[in-house]
Amino acid sequence: MPENASLLGPSLGLSAILFTLGVAGVLLRRNAIVLFVCIELMLNAVNLSFVALAQLHGASGQIMVFFVMTVAAAEAAVGLAIILAIFRHKQSVDLQNINLLKG
Amino acid sequence: MHAVFYFFAACAVITAALCILSPTALSAVLWLVTTMLSLAAIYVLLGAQFVAAIQVLVYAGAVMVLFLFVIMLLNLGTAKSDLRGPSGVAAAIVIAGLLLVELVALWRYTPARLAREVAQAPAFSDPATLFVAGEIARQETAARGVVGGVAAPLFQAYLVPFELTSILLLAAIVGAVVLAKRRI
Repeated sequence: MPENASLLGPSLGLSAILFTLGVAGVLLRRNAIVLFVCIELMLNAVNLSFVALAQLHGASGQIMVFFVMTVAAAEAAVGLAIILAIFRHKQSVDLQNINLLKG
Repeated sequence: MHAVFYFFAACAVITAALCILSPTALSAVLWLVTTMLSLAAIYVLLGAQFVAAIQVLVYAGAVMVLFLFVIMLLNLGTAKSDLRGPSGVAAAIVIAGLLLVELVALWRYTPARLAREVAQAPAFSDPATLFVAGEIARQETAARGVVGGVAAPLFQAYLVPFELTSILLLAAIVGAVVLAKRRI
């Protein structure tokens, strides 16, 4: 047993709290950029649980964190480009004003 | 060790709460950077030093700077608060509360308990014998160093996914340029 395995439970609890805060942020805010920030917060929470469980299950968890970071970077680049394109049309990043698909 | 962990955990939760409640996008990003730095410290406590370094360099460094660039570029000004109305706030609290109750059940997760639940026979309920992969990885890290312990499986067992991420990044670069450029 690693000497810091007792941090496993608290780490998963912290991960749960951070993920919930991210979900609450997505539900509460209407600013598209803040929404992306909250998604990054959720990805970080998941990364924490990967690292915590990597103590028991070997380096695979840590390698998964690298893949999550890669996907997060790609998602941020493409998502922010979409926000830039929308801002050019609407002059706003408020989700209330982005309702093209509303019937 | 536990006191340090709980200090950084408190930092992470408080800054994350300030992040989702901050009035402007700029302050939200800066609070998130603080959350990420706290998480990097926790990664060190959990024995993942290389992931902690990457977290600071790539996540808190590069990705968040990208966010700041876009915010500065858009020149949003001091808009009024973008919180949803009272019904939206109530829905958010109910949904997030339910999710938290479900997830906090994981708090009671310990190696010994999982070992008890996973093992068929009571003889195998010792976590040290059940989770041999973690022990092997620890010996590997002791022999090869912090980076070598992660690099060996990354470039051997996970070589194909690793190469696939390069295609993903190329697609993201092309996509971002096509979307953001005014005229191609």
